[in-house]
Amino acid sequence: MSSPNMPLETAPHPEGLRRIAIEPVTRVEGHGKVTILMDDAGTVQQVRFHIVEFRGFERFIQGRPYWEVPVMVQRLCGICPVSHHLAASKALDGVAGARAIPPTAEKLRRLMHHGQILQSHALHFFHLASPDLLFGFDSAPAQRNVVGLLAAHPDIARQGVLLRKFGQEVIRVTAGKRVHGTGSVPGGVNKHLSPDERDELKRALPDVLAWAQAGVELVAALQAKDEATYRSFGTVRSNLLSLVGRDGKLDLYDGLLRVRDADGAILHDGVAPSDYLTLLRENVRSWSYMKFPFLKELGPLAGWYKVGPLARLQNCDAIGTPLAEEARQAWLAGAGGIIHAPLAYHRARMIELLHAAEVIRALLDDPDLLAGPLTATGPRASSGVGIIEAPRGTLIHHYEVGDDDLVTMCNLIVSTTHNNMAMNEAIREVARQYLDGREPTEGLLNRIEVAIRAYDPCLSCATHALGKMPLRVDLVRASDETLIQRLQRDPERV
Amino acid sequence: MSALPPRKLKVATTSLAGCFGCHMSLLDIDERLIPLLDKIELDASPLTDLKHPGECDLGIIEGGLCNADNVHVLRLFRQKCKVLVAMGACAVNGGLPAQRNHLDVRDCLQSVYLSSPDVERGFIPNNVELPLPLDRVHPLHDVVKIDYFLPGCPPSADAIWAFLNDLIAGRTPQLGHGLITYD
Repeated sequence: MSSPNMPLETAPHPEGLRRIAIEPVTRVEGHGKVTILMDDAGTVQQVRFHIVEFRGFERFIQGRPYWEVPVMVQRLCGICPVSHHLAASKALDGVAGARAIPPTAEKLRRLMHHGQILQSHALHFFHLASPDLLFGFDSAPAQRNVVGLLAAHPDIARQGVLLRKFGQEVIRVTAGKRVHGTGSVPGGVNKHLSPDERDELKRALPDVLAWAQAGVELVAALQAKDEATYRSFGTVRSNLLSLVGRDGKLDLYDGLLRVRDADGAILHDGVAPSDYLTLLRENVRSWSYMKFPFLKELGPLAGWYKVGPLARLQNCDAIGTPLAEEARQAWLAGAGGIIHAPLAYHRARMIELLHAAEVIRALLDDPDLLAGPLTATGPRASSGVGIIEAPRGTLIHHYEVGDDDLVTMCNLIVSTTHNNMAMNEAIREVARQYLDGREPTEGLLNRIEVAIRAYDPCLSCATHALGKMPLRVDLVRASDETLIQRLQRDPERV
Repeated sequence: MSALPPRKLKVATTSLAGCFGCHMSLLDIDERLIPLLDKIELDASPLTDLKHPGECDLGIIEGGLCNADNVHVLRLFRQKCKVLVAMGACAVNGGLPAQRNHLDVRDCLQSVYLSSPDVERGFIPNNVELPLPLDRVHPLHDVVKIDYFLPGCPPSADAIWAFLNDLIAGRTPQLGHGLITYD
């Protein structure tokens, strides 16, 4: 039943060990918790990052008409709804009969997607992660948030708020609303951009580009002040996975899968999205609702990998926009090989934010956004795979659809799932580096969260547990105190 | 003697079985966030490192109830917050996650952990650290008294802004034409 274990994943003798829980993990999107088991000498014996949610989207999508799917599945995540909206649309384009969607549709989707990359990266860095980096890992927890940032660094905070606003506005004008829009449909999109919408975005662009460049410089300066920590903190070597464009350049909307090993050698290249099952498998741990993907040929212990900005910027040959490519070159110069440090994600993320602003600038000059066919049709397919580079990494949607247009199978591998092992390994490394043999303080435990935050996990949905779970829970109706449901944990299975 | 500045309203927020989109819509008030944070003090919230709510004036809850932990957190919020708000479709009526209510939860778990095309040696996670899933997804008012319901998937930033400003000013919130949506 159980999968092979990594070191520090499972204590050989958990009974009697001290349990420390970080719950909920805060300043991430969604909820998770970390448990640490230590012995009397303070030696760390077990570290686990648990995803405690189960919502079952893959099951209840079955039986729904396929054209509903791009709107339904974005409710997986309110931070990156556009990723799910577009990955599902791409997977279902063929089912709608579009072997290729019209240029206008692809450009509008790309615009929407880069708006999302921009807003999500801004949210993550400025609103959530930057207080750790600007105030320090041991700073007062009451200050370590966006309110503290507004007080201490009002200009940085304001730029973050306005960068996010710009990305959300790009989404609004392409998708219809900022969160859970409806702009993309299987086979294309359902609206053009109006000249007024375009002009309003163009007016904001000079500021957006300047703030994006300032963001890259800010992270570079923070790294320069403490190079040693930025290189070693929670660093774990692994393979890297992402889409790259057909020209080998960074492409966040479409492309082919590429895998590098930890030293940067290419293991696989040019793998079509529809062939993802030739590369990947997942297995299950008893202690998390999030599955653990790995490269089939290398197996679960050696085949795990990182996705997201850090993987993408080292997997591609180059970035096709000049400012971001210059920033990427400056970052990679002197790295001396593949960068695996979790804190390096922040620099890569800000370079991608700059790239997104450059892509938006180029797209807004394209007349195809304002006119041209919106959808395509043709002979329909019965299944499809859509892969997109979401803000947090590679996102895979796979559907099969019956002749009655109802979905019969849905398989989703979301970005954060790909990073599941990488996050678990990073916090085990942080535990080795900082917790072993010490009394865990708030600041030391915050370091665990700092490592998780670097991956910008999107745990979307979920729960806080308060103390140890009881064996029985009664759900009682508020109005009349009748029992709705009694939950009982099977003591044989704890 | 000058009057004391008005006490800031203490506000806690959480997301249960939701997608975080309502919290995103709250942040979509954009630069209005800056004057808002002058008027309120954020207690426990996904945006701060305070893990559990203290005594609060206002609790805002996104998401419905899909597991036992959700129920515990909801009850704690009810206990700690004078006024409790169900924000968004999931908190108000279960929302999209309640699509699983016509299915057997074990069947859902099996289909995700055993029948996916890429899972090797699958089984259903069952560790004591994982909260027990409920048979059905419930709206918040099934379990505790809710003072205000703010519908929408998500409620718009303007609706949240108007609602909070009314509450901060001590008025009963009145959302005008166009601010309430049921998408």
